[in-house]
Amino acid sequence: MTETMPLSVKHILGTRDMSREDITTILDAADSFKEISTRQIKKVPTLRGRTVINLFFEPSTRTRTSFEIAGKRLSADVINISGSTSSAVKGENLIDSARNLEAMNPDILVIRHASAGAANLLTQFVDCPVINAGDGSHEHPTQALLDLLTIREHMRKESFEGLKVAIIGDIMHSRVVRSNIFAMKTLGMEVTVVGPPTLMPVEISHLGVKVEYDLEKAIRDVDVIMVLRIQLERQNQYNLASLREYSNLFCLTTETLKNARDDVLIIHPGPVNRGIEIALDVMEGEHSLILNQVTNGVAVRMALLYLLLGGGHEDLN
Amino acid sequence: MNSVVLNSNDISRAITRIAHEILEKNQGAENLVLVGIRTRGVTLSKRLQEKIKAIENVQVDLGMLDITLYRDDLGSGKNPPQLKATEIAFSIEGKDVILCDDVLFTGRTIRAAFDALMDFGRPASIQLAVLIDRGHRELPIRPDYVGKNIPTSKAMRVKVKLKEDDDGEDQVIVIDQTS
Repeated sequence: MTETMPLSVKHILGTRDMSREDITTILDAADSFKEISTRQIKKVPTLRGRTVINLFFEPSTRTRTSFEIAGKRLSADVINISGSTSSAVKGENLIDSARNLEAMNPDILVIRHASAGAANLLTQFVDCPVINAGDGSHEHPTQALLDLLTIREHMRKESFEGLKVAIIGDIMHSRVVRSNIFAMKTLGMEVTVVGPPTLMPVEISHLGVKVEYDLEKAIRDVDVIMVLRIQLERQNQYNLASLREYSNLFCLTTETLKNARDDVLIIHPGPVNRGIEIALDVMEGEHSLILNQVTNGVAVRMALLYLLLGGGHEDLN
Repeated sequence: MNSVVLNSNDISRAITRIAHEILEKNQGAENLVLVGIRTRGVTLSKRLQEKIKAIENVQVDLGMLDITLYRDDLGSGKNPPQLKATEIAFSIEGKDVILCDDVLFTGRTIRAAFDALMDFGRPASIQLAVLIDRGHRELPIRPDYVGKNIPTSKAMRVKVKLKEDDDGEDQVIVIDQTS
């Protein structure tokens, strides 16, 4: 019988460390986990007695709920800590918080933090596996994996090799874009990024992507369009003249979509600023896979918890 | 040393007999459903489904069960088998479930399968059909239908080969790793 390939990484810090085999193992496992969420009793006993701590120092609806549901459907005990209700408010630093949590013997720490490298920092102070649920503008690997699972389910080609994707919007502040670029390049996809020059990091082309400033040109002939959220909380007055101007140039509308393939797939990591980066009818239209992404997010996170806690990892605690 | 204990004719006769036994014990196929344990239990359940259809002219529902997530040895250092999806597209509530596997050994797989099935509903009964019973049970589990009892030592391996699973021709072989 074919065995599950163990992951080459102990922590999920970013897609940059992941091999093509790692990504395939995770997506295949996630595929199998989807069925559990369609049952009447949405629970299997696999991670009974294991503890997952979700440490969220930044707001989140989707990712935190998704990790919580993923853990619970595998019968793990899930504890959620959010920044505003933690001792961070009293001035405890991240390392001390992590050490104290570790003293309670969790099996996995999931962390979201506004600073790039926060998850990586934790791995130096705790023994259990750490999953990065978004660190500043650095990486958001689980989002990239769920994006890829969604693409794989709907793409017209057999493999990711040569698949074309255009990523639109706030490239500079997006951790989703970085995680997607690393993973997509590993899988052999062709990536074009498009957005206003003020939101385009100068050295982005070093990651092996094409840079484009014209939306209509960028989406011609691509298989997938990924629309990013304008991160209003991370903007300063110099990046965007106005939201209306941004929307005029880069909002994905039915009109601009006429330049794209008839079978193009549209994804968006959420939350959506309706009418700013994507028009309402496109968001709810036939090409949109936005809600499939959310469903797949639970499956991807179940797969990661499972694979990190013994379903295919060699050196266990 | 490898020895062939069942050839393709033996396997076919065993499955035919088991199909008859199932129908006799359950007085027909009305309330039956078949659930195969991945991978070879699924193949056997498909063959039983065909036999029952040939005998009784009833198409019995068939489901596939992956018990990986219900195993008791997760995290023991062994890499578990590759996870495949469970597909049970019908209700097992109140049904007589015929659970099929290729080889019955320690009974731990069957224990896991019970837990998995119970998550899908409350069947009227679960009956166990296996092609080979090789002994060495570690749990109080017994089969209701057996193709062949094969006394083995723990060092031996029993390999069921079925053509649908790309194993070549149908065969059951015992591999003695001590000699």
